[in-house]
Amino acid sequence: MSATKPVNQRAWWFVLPVLVSVAFSALVPLMTIVNYSVQDILGPDQAVFVGMEWYKEILRDPDLHGALYRQLIFTAAVLAIEIPLGITLALAIPERGWRASLTLVLLAMPLLIPWNVVGTIWQIFARGDIGLLGYVLTQLGVDYNYSQHPTDAWVTVLVMDVWHWTPLVALLSYAALRAIPEPFYQAARIDGASRWAVFRYIELPKMRGVLTIALLLRLMDSFMIYTEPFVLTGGGPGTATTFLSQYLTQKAVGQFDLGPAAAFSLVYFLIILLLCFVLYNFMKDPQ
Amino acid sequence: MRRKHSWLVLAVYLLFTLAPIYWMLHMSLRSNLAITSTFAWIPESLSLANYATIFTDPAWYGGYVNSIIYVVLNTILSVAVALPAAYAFSRYSFIGDKHLFFWLLTNRMTPPAVFLLPFFQLYTAIGLMDTHLAVALAHMVFNVPLAVWILEGFMSAVPREIDETAYIDGYSFPRFFVRLFLPLIKAGIGVTAFFCFMFSWVELLLARTLTSVDAKPIAATMTRTVSAAGMDWGTLAAAGVLTIVPGALVIYFVRHYIAKGFAMGRV
Repeated sequence: MSATKPVNQRAWWFVLPVLVSVAFSALVPLMTIVNYSVQDILGPDQAVFVGMEWYKEILRDPDLHGALYRQLIFTAAVLAIEIPLGITLALAIPERGWRASLTLVLLAMPLLIPWNVVGTIWQIFARGDIGLLGYVLTQLGVDYNYSQHPTDAWVTVLVMDVWHWTPLVALLSYAALRAIPEPFYQAARIDGASRWAVFRYIELPKMRGVLTIALLLRLMDSFMIYTEPFVLTGGGPGTATTFLSQYLTQKAVGQFDLGPAAAFSLVYFLIILLLCFVLYNFMKDPQ
Repeated sequence: MRRKHSWLVLAVYLLFTLAPIYWMLHMSLRSNLAITSTFAWIPESLSLANYATIFTDPAWYGGYVNSIIYVVLNTILSVAVALPAAYAFSRYSFIGDKHLFFWLLTNRMTPPAVFLLPFFQLYTAIGLMDTHLAVALAHMVFNVPLAVWILEGFMSAVPREIDETAYIDGYSFPRFFVRLFLPLIKAGIGVTAFFCFMFSWVELLLARTLTSVDAKPIAATMTRTVSAAGMDWGTLAAAGVLTIVPGALVIYFVRHYIAKGFAMGRV
């Protein structure tokens, strides 16, 4: 988005279909949630305006602080592993030929499995008695049991997420790498640039746009992770894998308190928004 | 220009990727009793009974049909509305463009749990509950922003001189856009379609909330396998294996587009 583009307000007509289609399904639910969050809903036709009461209650909730803390660590770990690993894989995928096709199809497979199935498969796959991963670890003498040990459960959810989503980063990075014209590499060869220099000064800057998308997607999606850990561990053992969405659902469904749950949702949404905004501006700014 | 040992990294990672998928395939060929009682490196029997269940029970294969209908509908709608918008973002500046671009993305950031209720109310109010269109429209909330963003990147790689030359040559805008411009960003459209397809295909919570019988997706059908008699692991694994197939076909068709990347950048 360079500043040299011509100003043309009629471009809004081009954006209108997107605006209408997204706003239709996004703004109405958002406003409904805002509405719920400031009321105490007593019955189908009975609600009392309570102002900021639910927000105060939510922000003081120690369990929420715990879930937020676990969430931040989990998301940081996800980004720290998946982004470098994804780039490494993208650099290793063959440039063309049947090997490239095969690699792309195999690599994309985890992305295509519905999220509840991902959790279910890992539930068996990681079992010490009947699952491949658990069985191998147990045979190697590792005391591994994801349904009993909190650390094992947390690591299993993390490894599952790496397995599930690193291919997304790899595919996006691969598409960006293929877009770099050959003359850039030729020039680097003539200059005698090292492999690292080529990566640092040619490939990485050219991947900035795509990496911004990849980082933001992984940030927001891992921050909202729900289905996979719900199926795999149910948030346990204890609260080891109770991330924010899990805790929100427990609050919303378990206690059926719509007001606080709505306030929680909005605070949650604003946290993701803030994190993405900071990251977006950090990535946009050329250093 | 690549490291000699990079194929090793890739091979090890592919093993890691394929291990759980192998296990799913492995489970899909065994009986529930065998799955839950004994460990075996390779299935002791090659029973296709679990697959037979899926292909003969309308509740199962109907789920696939429903999913494919709304996913294809969603992909077409998302790419169609995103194309002109991405063009506007890549070619012009207008009031609020940068804010709008980020706002679009914020629509992916709403935690689903509580938002499901107003979605349910909204689609009930407009009489679209339990239709494929409802799911397709709801999934546009997270697919359209992504589509705009990916397409904008591909379009910005096309030099603006191409647009200007076309106008000088007497092309009208629609004719230029469809005849000249779209073929140039085929790669981007392919990649975008794949991502729209994928995110819509694997989403469960919204799809389940907005459907009950007529448009029930395969992912929701799978939750049926939890019953009083325990989990029906074998059938679930077989259904899981089959969920990979449509997406794998899509990526097989767009692989050239990804691989060719922005070949037109060299024109």
